[in-house]
Amino acid sequence: MTEVLLITFSITLLYIGIVNRLLTFTRILAFQGILLFGISFIELREINTVNLVFILLETIIFKTVAVPLFLNYIIRRNKITRESDPFLPHFVSIMIITCIILASFLIFSHLADDTNFRKIFFIVALATLFTGLYIILTRKKIITHVMGYMIFENGVFILSVAIVSKMPMLVNAGILLDIFASRIGNTFEEMSVENLQNLKD
Amino acid sequence: MLGLYFIISVILAILSFLNRNKALQMILLSLFLVVQAGITAYGYTHLHSEALGYFTYDATGIIFLSVLSLLSLSTVYHSYMYLKHTLADNRKQSIYYAALIGLIASMSGAYLASHLGVMWICIETTTLCVSVLIYHERTHLALEAAWKYVFICSIGIALAFVGIIFLSAAIRENGSVNLSFASIPKHLVKVNVLWLKLAFLFMLVGFSTKMGLFPMHPICVDAHTVAPPPISAFISTTLMNVGFVAIFRTYSLLAATPVHPWMNQILLWCGLLSVFVSAIYLLKVQHLKRMSAYSSLEHMGLSAIGLACGGLGYFAAIFHLVLHSFTKASIFYQVDQIHRTYNSYLVSETGNYFQRNLPGAIVILFAFTGITAIPPSGLFITEFWLMKSMYSSAHLFMLILTVIFLSFAMYGLGKNIFSLLFSRPEKVVPATGLKIPFIESVPQYFLLALVIYLGINPPVQFTNLISEAVKFLP
Repeated sequence: MTEVLLITFSITLLYIGIVNRLLTFTRILAFQGILLFGISFIELREINTVNLVFILLETIIFKTVAVPLFLNYIIRRNKITRESDPFLPHFVSIMIITCIILASFLIFSHLADDTNFRKIFFIVALATLFTGLYIILTRKKIITHVMGYMIFENGVFILSVAIVSKMPMLVNAGILLDIFASRIGNTFEEMSVENLQNLKD
Repeated sequence: MLGLYFIISVILAILSFLNRNKALQMILLSLFLVVQAGITAYGYTHLHSEALGYFTYDATGIIFLSVLSLLSLSTVYHSYMYLKHTLADNRKQSIYYAALIGLIASMSGAYLASHLGVMWICIETTTLCVSVLIYHERTHLALEAAWKYVFICSIGIALAFVGIIFLSAAIRENGSVNLSFASIPKHLVKVNVLWLKLAFLFMLVGFSTKMGLFPMHPICVDAHTVAPPPISAFISTTLMNVGFVAIFRTYSLLAATPVHPWMNQILLWCGLLSVFVSAIYLLKVQHLKRMSAYSSLEHMGLSAIGLACGGLGYFAAIFHLVLHSFTKASIFYQVDQIHRTYNSYLVSETGNYFQRNLPGAIVILFAFTGITAIPPSGLFITEFWLMKSMYSSAHLFMLILTVIFLSFAMYGLGKNIFSLLFSRPEKVVPATGLKIPFIESVPQYFLLALVIYLGINPPVQFTNLISEAVKFLP
């Protein structure tokens, strides 16, 4: 079951490459939140209740509801145009994201799969991390940078779920990361990278 | 004791945030400085003892904590001058001082942490405090720099977190879940090198956002350009040291594993490219604060090279950073006075500084010899050791390149600084007759004298601490 969820997750990554409307973008983020809820619910049943509740709250309340709503609110309040304005055409984007997924397969390909180390988690996580970075690099608007960062964040979350069963402290640190990210959202007023190019030599 | 320190810092930060009275503000700050000095002295007398379970007063931590405590003294002094002259309102002042206290406390935590996760959290807190300080002037540029700093540092810190996760995957192969610095190396025998390589790479790139090494340097340069000068002085030295300590600790953890030569290669290239980039930019840079920021990049690159070359290089890298901190801080403090004199940071709009402000000009002249490692500056000794370690580790080609880049950097720095000191340009604002009192430059003289003293005759306690810090490295 986890495998199915993780594979669905990587399909959403491919979809992100071709999304044009910002609203769809936030919907994908919400959907990823639900997938992460499913993954952590299946994986983490053994650890203690407090941690479990903490993690579930964070996937559903934070990732699925709060962040997409907040992003939508910002888009409406600042009257940002609905397009995501990539620097590269969608076809190139989808090719590059495919390459990222393939590369993450290759990195972990020679490691053996066992109960301690489940390869698929690491592959999906690494692919998500780099897709997030790719989105940050190739989109013009700052709001899409924040969305890219949220995807990046999801990658970190999957990684920590992969080895969490014995390390709840790390996951809590990861949650700190989220709170930190939500702070970012409050800082910005400008909406395009073009407005942020005064600082240079 | 450390717990008490953190509690007092938090209380003082909250109080100075709420307080709007200037006299009371000074009392709160002095109180904090006393506490800061106290924890440093306590740490030195209780070397190797643990605190709170997640912190240790070890040699590396104590060296940089002492530098931090000394510089926080002068930074508070210059901040007071800066805020007085920029006529900042009381609310802005309160936020400024509260963030400064928070920054100093979280940096102290980052130096002393003996657990990877705790160190990571402390470093994350520094980003929050610094972004508040960068945004102090509330201008468009300040917003841009603060935004970039927060965003890229969050990515950096997340990358470092991924590195920590990979490292914990590695130690899990040997059945350990303990991420303290003492326990990790014991569980790294016979683990898959892929984990270690991934862990090092991610952590290096992540912590580079703090240290300002090559791939992640632009945000540090931007931040140092826009922040108020006393804060630039502070983050261009102590905060970069935080990044170095994080990378140094990561490096020490993995030094006994088979990835050691590979790590050296990566660090060497990072360092060399940092020196290269800084040399190129120093040749064309016109903005005095950007110039100092690029010079910091050059010195961080040199210490990364020292770390990569090993042997004497380890010792020299730490020594170099300590001396660099004092020199660079005095330059940035002086840049504030230059800005007050000419109302500009651009070299083309300044000149004839000797006539405008004699004590300041002498500081700049000494700081120039200091930062370009001309004797009697102590940096001469450390750079000599760094080059010696490059030579003895058979990196002759790299050594030649480094020396060439360093001479470029020296030329770039010299061009700007001599133009500032001696040229007579037309565009300069006329002198107002307002002299900057000598007393404002006194801490800078003290720091520069310290650089010379430490280079010529380093106290035994100091060298012992550094030897202690590097003794487990191969």
